[in-house]
Amino acid sequence: MMPMDFLSLHLPVLPVLLPAVTAIALLLIGDDGRRSGLAGEGSAADSAPGGVGARWKWARRLALLSTFLGLLLAARLVADAAGAGAAGNALAGSSANVRVYLLGNWAAPFGIVLVVDRLAALMLLLTSCIALPVLAFACDGWDARGRHFHALFQFQLMGLNGAFLTGDLFNLFVFFEVLLISSYVLMTHGHGRERFRAGFHYVGLNLLASALFLIGASLVYAIAGTLNLADLTLRLPQITGPDAVLLKVAGLVLLVVFGFKAAVMPLSLWLPATYSAASAPVAALFAIMTKVGVYAIVRVHAALWPPEVLLPLALATSVVGALGALSAATLPRLVAWLTVASVGTVLTAVAMGGAAALSAAMFYLVNSTFVIAGLFLWCELVAVQRAGVGDRLSPAPGVAQPALLGVLLLAGAASAAGLPPLPGFIGKVMLLQASSTHAWAAVIWAVVLGSGLLALVALARAGSTVFWNTAPRLASEPDRTQASAVSARLALLLCTGCLLGAGVLMSLFAEPIKRYTDAAAAQLGDAPALAQAVLAAQGGIHPKAVQPYLGAPPPGTDSKGSGDPSLDAGGAR
Amino acid sequence: MTMEFLVATGIGWITACGVYLLLRGRTFPVVIGLSLLGYGVNVFIFAMGRLWMAAPPLLGGDHAIADPLPQALVLTAIVIGFATTGFIIELALRARHELGTDQVDGQGAADGDGVDASVESVCGARSADSGSARP
Repeated sequence: MMPMDFLSLHLPVLPVLLPAVTAIALLLIGDDGRRSGLAGEGSAADSAPGGVGARWKWARRLALLSTFLGLLLAARLVADAAGAGAAGNALAGSSANVRVYLLGNWAAPFGIVLVVDRLAALMLLLTSCIALPVLAFACDGWDARGRHFHALFQFQLMGLNGAFLTGDLFNLFVFFEVLLISSYVLMTHGHGRERFRAGFHYVGLNLLASALFLIGASLVYAIAGTLNLADLTLRLPQITGPDAVLLKVAGLVLLVVFGFKAAVMPLSLWLPATYSAASAPVAALFAIMTKVGVYAIVRVHAALWPPEVLLPLALATSVVGALGALSAATLPRLVAWLTVASVGTVLTAVAMGGAAALSAAMFYLVNSTFVIAGLFLWCELVAVQRAGVGDRLSPAPGVAQPALLGVLLLAGAASAAGLPPLPGFIGKVMLLQASSTHAWAAVIWAVVLGSGLLALVALARAGSTVFWNTAPRLASEPDRTQASAVSARLALLLCTGCLLGAGVLMSLFAEPIKRYTDAAAAQLGDAPALAQAVLAAQGGIHPKAVQPYLGAPPPGTDSKGSGDPSLDAGGAR
Repeated sequence: MTMEFLVATGIGWITACGVYLLLRGRTFPVVIGLSLLGYGVNVFIFAMGRLWMAAPPLLGGDHAIADPLPQALVLTAIVIGFATTGFIIELALRARHELGTDQVDGQGAADGDGVDASVESVCGARSADSGSARP
């Protein structure tokens, strides 16, 4: 019984620790440095049996096993979070169904705290559900096109899980950096000119965003005297006057940062270039990264002020995403623009506020992440089978498995566009229902339905180009055509099918999922209860007052430095 | 002039220089601009704990006490900034080799003509374009 108790006690921290330990183990196993980034054509073929060393096999197995364990952990956390309040565990802070984990057992507003509520658990499960098929897909050969793919993949999972779990602003920054720096390397995985060109932009822009994040976070600390989000929620009403304005500025600076990660409209133009340049499994994993930005907006701006500018920006994002999808010239670029459109839809729901809209946002977010990750993998399957043109949207010899790939596209496209039986439709209906009383209801309806239609047109155009507008095979290069028009391997199809199928399955289980997201939205809406659940872990509901430290000495110390800080601080000595 | 004024204008000046360099067209000024911006941000975090003189963050003794938390934060930010700067320098060098130009938009590279033979040999074979390099 002891190990189980120990495990369940430390369950919230395991989704961070497991990938970290795995990544370190993978680095120790090492990779044999084969084709260290200088992979030329056909490298996967010429290395088939002999090239894949024993180490490589073990690295793959370990990575897959660890990701699978992560999935189990996330499922357990979701089950815990979903279980009604009678989940009789005597853990600290399990009130209001929120699990609070104090690292090093330091009291809540001072130490580092991990918070597992329904939303965080849902995002953890979503990350794992995306990561496992994507990793399996990558194990078919993409992972060998650069060094340390598996270790970086695990570090990325660590950063994602940490960002979803953390309860304070500065650790959000730290986990953002963990996931970003692994994403920088994954982004250029496989190398190639386009990746380096887009990669430099990606890294530079993200470093700029990180600088802004630090400015925003330190402004919040300077005014509120705390970085703990729960504590911030409770302290917000006490902040008035010029400080309140300054805090609002801090909130807007943070909105720029999270908006950049989520690719909200004026800051979304980096995304298509980056995602379409990244290798397919990496782009599929990145499908969850825009959602981290959305998640951070939900978390942080629930604690600070809900920004009024978000709704128009989100609507603009939807429109631009759909227009971009129409104008895309390659398949990955099309899917990347659909990512932008989906973020717009989710953020529209977030910006509307209210439990019903938040629930719709979560439902649509989960579904669109599955669909987009699946579509990125689908693009890769199609590109391999189209001789000569690859992923470009131009006539080419037909693919080898038109029926199978066509059905996969149908499942993804119908959900992305929001056609009736599929969950994308359910999510959009939830959103439109929630918006019925909103002042902007007409605009929201027009944009959500209009962008869905444009997305449908774009996907239909892509599908008809790929499957019907086929050019005859060129007689001049029969060998090449023959070689490339091979059927995709079953494993690859299975991984893609898993992701797109999960999108479809959500329709069948829409009712329990909606119940869960409703509960999660209600939990988010009750911010004071959430905050008190976090802070109650140290005993008292009202913690020791955390003020901006202005120089008053703590009781018991004898100091002449007390008094008005503006006099003290100003170099008056 | 008070210390606040000096520190505030100093941060502003460093940040302005950083932003100017960020908007340059070649990778080297961009990297320097990012570093400058990082310095500005680090001092900004430090200043958010208010400015103190002769105030170590230590309890006890007959002195004012500075807020230790921003100092801890700035340490973290410095470490992360150092790592990311190191990475982007390496990335910029690699992009210069791959693209044959150090323009951030990759312009000016006429299909690798800008890469001289020695660079080519250092890099090894040019890796295939992302579109065609598939397993």
